[in-house]
Amino acid sequence: MNVPSVAAPLAADARKPARLKAMMTTYRVPLSILALCILPWLLPSKALAVNVLIYGVVCVGYNLLFGYTGLLSFGHAAFFGAGAYITGIAIGQFGVSWYLAVLMGVTGGAVLAFIIGGMSTRTRGIYFSMVTLALAQLVYYVALQASTWTGGENGLRGFTVNRINLFGFDINFLDPVNKYYVLMVFAAAALWLVSRILNSPFGAAIEAIRENERRARTCGYDVERTKLLAFTLSGTICALGGTMSALHLAFVPLESLHYLTSGMIVMMTLLGGASSFFGPFIGALVFLLMEDVFSLWTSHWQIIVGSIFVLFVLFLPKGIWGTFLSRVVR
Amino acid sequence: MSAPLLAVENVGMKFGGFIALQGVTTEFRPGRVTSIIGPNGAGKSTFFNVLSGVLSPSTGTVRFKGDDLKGTRQHEFVHRGIARSYQITNIFPDLSVHENVRVAAQAGRSRYNIWTNRKKFDELDARADKALESVGLIAKRNETAKFLAHGQQRALEIAIALISDPELLLLDEPTAGMGPEETKEMVALLEKLAAERTILLVEHKMKMILGLSDRILVLHHGQLIADGTPHEIQTDPEVRRVYLGQNHGYA
Repeated sequence: MNVPSVAAPLAADARKPARLKAMMTTYRVPLSILALCILPWLLPSKALAVNVLIYGVVCVGYNLLFGYTGLLSFGHAAFFGAGAYITGIAIGQFGVSWYLAVLMGVTGGAVLAFIIGGMSTRTRGIYFSMVTLALAQLVYYVALQASTWTGGENGLRGFTVNRINLFGFDINFLDPVNKYYVLMVFAAAALWLVSRILNSPFGAAIEAIRENERRARTCGYDVERTKLLAFTLSGTICALGGTMSALHLAFVPLESLHYLTSGMIVMMTLLGGASSFFGPFIGALVFLLMEDVFSLWTSHWQIIVGSIFVLFVLFLPKGIWGTFLSRVVR
Repeated sequence: MSAPLLAVENVGMKFGGFIALQGVTTEFRPGRVTSIIGPNGAGKSTFFNVLSGVLSPSTGTVRFKGDDLKGTRQHEFVHRGIARSYQITNIFPDLSVHENVRVAAQAGRSRYNIWTNRKKFDELDARADKALESVGLIAKRNETAKFLAHGQQRALEIAIALISDPELLLLDEPTAGMGPEETKEMVALLEKLAAERTILLVEHKMKMILGLSDRILVLHHGQLIADGTPHEIQTDPEVRRVYLGQNHGYA
């Protein structure tokens, strides 16, 4: 019979993509960084590449909570905005050096995430989403009212970083390529950190909670505390994205705290695929690319992006990258 | 006589106006299989939920090895030595069989480690495999848990409960929804476990209970109406009236 001789190579073929996927998982950080290195040369503009970098970091951080812990937050704009505002205020009003300002932005975002997380992670399901939304809107209105600090409706200006000194090298930060690669170091660090968290025992614990909260509790996990830690870590990464955005734009629009920004983060993450490590980054890339292209055609570009988003949710719930991984790479 | 592992004193549970448990007082000694039976709604599941920390009793105290469990949060019960399974299969459906047990083992030592690679904990992997072996699931270790047969999922849940090496194992209808063949395998597994630890069992399959238990408690309307060996329970007139006498087709 020649059946086994046919089956054997088939089986070998079937194993190959599985090995490829395992390899992609093992080397996901170096592979992602490699992709980031060539990204600006593939996109129509360097400014777009920087935006992808920023929102990619935000979405990967957001996905730690959404995709891996299973909590749908509608308030992550608060941490993104907090990181941006604190960085901007530190540089513009206190003359702090840029790297210290980044550190302050990230720390401030982490503290805010701890507070908002502490209040919201006690609730579940839709209530959790609503509490995060409400608390984030609270932050928005505080920023709106505290206009002497934040510039109110006009946003925060006046903290342009022209040149930065990096290990003795004086770098022109206004040059888009320089700006991209400096900010890419932060993005790479964030990706590495998130990957490390996902590989850790804590990463296993949050997945267990996503899978079955009751069982996780019965197994001995303090579900509330684990969720709070996941929320704080996730908010911290988003705050890093915010500080990157502040450095990039030399401006913090009030809208960065608005719930529409939170919604955009959710959309990007879903579009790219919440079930995978790099999916949210791909989501940010595709979303911003669509915005870039379609907004040239029509000012109503959101209609097109929104329709595509709906189609994805309905027919490809794993998102672009998740579908690619499960169908092509397997 | 050995000291009681678990002492339940005058435990009552009220949900609004409904009294689910009332004045339950009993003790469980180490190394025995005790079954809790009773008609539907008798309070068996409520009793289990009180013993495993899912509910905290409205009145009365539960002592484990002499310590009052009042105020102990549910996730701490397993660290104290009380593990349980649920009536409706309760596993991590999208994780592999091995990861289901490994993540449960991990809860005993590294819950908040965000830094070390989880693959470096060889001891946890080994313990998980050992637990899978003891419930006969080692061949399925790499499969996704939700694709297991019903009986295998029940066995997996027992492996998850066993991994903490509990002194007291609470099993809520481990053979629920099983056919005769699967039930037989489960009974064999339970007999094996009974040799090593104290087990509390809620079950409906009378024949299985009579063969497996050292002692049987009967709950009716939230109250303990009988307590004795299988033989004593079978001949207890009160039990016959409220429970065995009903036409369940197995008495």
